[in-house]
Amino acid sequence: MTAGLTSMTAAEMAAAIASGEVSAVEVTQAHLDRIAAVDGQVHAFLHVAAGQALAAARAVDAKRAAGDALGLLGGVPIAVKDVFATADMPTTCGSRILDGWQPPYESTVTGRLRAAGAIPLGKTNMDEFAMGSSTENSAFGPSHNPWDLTRVPGGSSGGSSAAVAAFEAPLATGTDTGGSIRQPAAVCGIVGVKPTYGGSSRYGVVAFASSLDTPGPLARTVLDAALLHEAMSGHDPCDSTSIDAPVPPVVAAARQADVEGMRIGVVTELGGEGYEPGVLARFSEAVELLESLGAKIVEVSCPHFAYALPAYYLIAPSECSSNLARFDAMRYGLRSGDDGTRSAEEVMSITRGEGFGAEVKRRIILGAYALSSGYYDAYYGKAQQVRTLVIRDFDAAFGQADVLISPSTPTTAFKIGERADDPMAMYLADLCTIPSDLAGNAALSVPCGLAPENGLPVGLQIMAPVLADDRTYRVGAAVEAALHDRWGHPLLAEAPEL
Amino acid sequence: MTETLVSFDAATGRYDPVIGLETHVELGTASKMFCGCPASFGAEPNTQVCPVCLGLPGSLPVVNAVAIESAIRIGLALNCAIASWCRFARKNYFYPDMPKNFQISQYDEPLCTNGWLDVTIHPEGAPPQQIRVEIERVHLEEDTGKTQHMGGATGRIHGADYSLVDYNRAGIPLVEIVTKPITGTGPLAPLAARAYVAELRDLLRALGVSDVRMEEGSLRCDVNTSIAPKGSDRWGTRTETKNVNSLRSVERSVRFEIERQAALLDAGHRIVLETRHFHEDSGITTPGRSKEEAQDYRYFPEPDLVPVAPPADWVETLRAALPELPSARRARFQSEWNLSDHDMAALTNAGALDLVAETVAAGAPPEARKWWLGPILERANAQGSTLPGLATLAGISKLGAHGEVLTPERALAWHVARVDELVADGKLNDKLARQVLDGVLAGEGSPDEVIATRGLAIVSDDTALLAAIDEAIAAKPDIAQKIRDGKTAAAGVFVGAVMKATRGQADAARVRELILQRLQ
Repeated sequence: MTAGLTSMTAAEMAAAIASGEVSAVEVTQAHLDRIAAVDGQVHAFLHVAAGQALAAARAVDAKRAAGDALGLLGGVPIAVKDVFATADMPTTCGSRILDGWQPPYESTVTGRLRAAGAIPLGKTNMDEFAMGSSTENSAFGPSHNPWDLTRVPGGSSGGSSAAVAAFEAPLATGTDTGGSIRQPAAVCGIVGVKPTYGGSSRYGVVAFASSLDTPGPLARTVLDAALLHEAMSGHDPCDSTSIDAPVPPVVAAARQADVEGMRIGVVTELGGEGYEPGVLARFSEAVELLESLGAKIVEVSCPHFAYALPAYYLIAPSECSSNLARFDAMRYGLRSGDDGTRSAEEVMSITRGEGFGAEVKRRIILGAYALSSGYYDAYYGKAQQVRTLVIRDFDAAFGQADVLISPSTPTTAFKIGERADDPMAMYLADLCTIPSDLAGNAALSVPCGLAPENGLPVGLQIMAPVLADDRTYRVGAAVEAALHDRWGHPLLAEAPEL
Repeated sequence: MTETLVSFDAATGRYDPVIGLETHVELGTASKMFCGCPASFGAEPNTQVCPVCLGLPGSLPVVNAVAIESAIRIGLALNCAIASWCRFARKNYFYPDMPKNFQISQYDEPLCTNGWLDVTIHPEGAPPQQIRVEIERVHLEEDTGKTQHMGGATGRIHGADYSLVDYNRAGIPLVEIVTKPITGTGPLAPLAARAYVAELRDLLRALGVSDVRMEEGSLRCDVNTSIAPKGSDRWGTRTETKNVNSLRSVERSVRFEIERQAALLDAGHRIVLETRHFHEDSGITTPGRSKEEAQDYRYFPEPDLVPVAPPADWVETLRAALPELPSARRARFQSEWNLSDHDMAALTNAGALDLVAETVAAGAPPEARKWWLGPILERANAQGSTLPGLATLAGISKLGAHGEVLTPERALAWHVARVDELVADGKLNDKLARQVLDGVLAGEGSPDEVIATRGLAIVSDDTALLAAIDEAIAAKPDIAQKIRDGKTAAAGVFVGAVMKATRGQADAARVRELILQRLQ
């Protein structure tokens, strides 16, 4: 456990900087030092922007000196998933096809974070175009799980989860399309939240599957996640699918942290066969814990969740096949084979052949097939029908319970390489998280202990209806506090020294 | 490749054509369909672009509400049903002028459906004929960029040394208007196609939704043509002719396709379902992409946009606020100006209706149309232009009554009204009026300015005229004697001489009067 500035929570850092106890430059420098010390092992970052980070920190300190308000995250460093367009840092999405691309514009989320005083430290590794559950699909090599460097940090936001778990940053942004925030958070022993779809802007987030992509926070505590959630969210006129409603009171809910009288539904279909015993054991303890805290536990059934994964693997690839068509070597990014003799079409084809990795190609082909004439109804159309049924399952379940819970993932972190050649096994990592992506509702993963068989973190998933994100924070914070009391320290205190 | 053709009369004697038109209209909105970039024409290449219309990674479209309103107004004017809920769809295909390699369009859920437009055909030597063209759909989409293939002989992508792409046009709102098949027009099919596009153009102009300039590509037509043996209960295979960029080309392309297809069928060949390109210079079509290996566009609902659900009361507000449409307006003018069908047809065919209306609005009587149909039209034809085109060409400018800058067309109409007024007041004769109009069209200024600089006013000073008359009489005493003897018709000789002497600037009637007085 690293002592000092990097071990503080974001809330503590913001308070310490605001009070002048410590400067933003000191906090930023401490994190840059930490990155320099450990990122060789973790490989959380694809790009570290030390100069810009320190300049931004100095600006925060200057504001404080001038007596100006610092913003919700004034001086707090943050790691940014490399899927967010940043006007002062490259944006690669973990892909060779965008190697070196410098966006001429800034995503709404990162723009808001900068405005709230957060200090972007750099861009984090990810599965190529957010397709994967391990970061092994990154063109720039995998990130490593700080709990066991031979294991994956989850994905696709695995660089972000590893950075936060390794104390390289107190906060990180991620995007969740099928579980890409919650799954890496769970296997790294941190908090990750998929907000309600449309609650956080997608403008400037390089699209994987537009109807599913949801930017959200990763943090070491529920309150920190809530602060980041609040700073990054809200209506954006540049994103038509952004919801024009107030941000749910997530910070207040994280501070409330009680479940007295809440009805909590355990989803029958998310558990049992295919789940590691240690995961199920920690999940059962979490259920007992919630009951002991005054919640009413009910069993709910969501029969169509069984079809959520196959439906997801039609909808997401279909949208990606179209979204990724723009990478054609014409205007930006990689261009291969342009030797003056080849046609534009040939150059596009060669570039896409060289620039995309195997998983991305697999999904583009899957999606193009599912959308093609004669197959559309049977695949994409049917998948959309399943999506509607999943939404109805949620509606019915939320009639019986205020929140639903399940394990965040069926297993703890797997070994690097273990599933790399088995896409189906890899896809199962998102079994528990996909239903909320399809339905667009809010879901949070909070650590609930270590699996006895391997000592690796297990995550508890808390799902709430659309725009009831605050409920997930309320329950998550209650679990976090109770477990902290039980253990006498945060879970990450048990992680090995790097 | 030279085509064997069958004469048009022979072709339409044996075959019945069916035509269909897909028309793309660039809306005249201030900004593009899905971003805030200006939608204006003619800027330096790639200066009106942003992350959204360049399709940069992470950018997202936001619908232009004015474009939706314009499309609904077009649908209403075409008597369509307006969808209470519809979605955009992605049309996926790769092309360098498509920034995202998909086009945001509408597929199975168009904004407007099932309308109609009444169209009058004016066959030569036969009475006008009205047909109802059924409208299948009206939908919204975004335009693509514009590719220019450099080097090579053809200007086409094959053989080009390199290509340049201008994305200023990418994302400009386009409305696509698709007719149902137009049947039963027989040999009038080419004229029907032309009349439909002309009527649609006038309607769009009246709505004020587009500048509908075919030559600038803000109104573009794809014309589908098929033929089937007379009496057949099945339609033939169609071809889709692209690149038809004028009313005349619409007519010619249908005509050519009927002749070409008839020759193929006569020879026992089949028609290939394909896209063809029309060539303005030769008037023929040549094969483009074969549709038999049709591209699969993999349409699916655009997930970046929320559905469009125009509230019914808003649609009704738009309906109530529609301007007078061209057919109603034509009927009104015909009755107000007391014109025969024939006169009316002459006016419309010359494209002079709006100009005459402006001239009348400027205070002239409807008869002032003779200036438009006479000297101005002659000049337009001589320059290979049209009446409105001529006004623009001449760069005529004028401020309106309230100091506003008038369009060249309106400015010219005001000038014509002034010329008509000067003639009515006896300040100009017809011959001088023509010279004044020439001056106006040559950019020499207003009629009064032209009169002043060219010194064209009628000589109404009798003393000056009498001097010229006396001179003429002195030159030909024998003629003078004939007139004195009662042969007043011979006065024409002196009138001619005086007109010549005054360089045409005399009122001939007045001159004649004075000659007769002198010789009695």
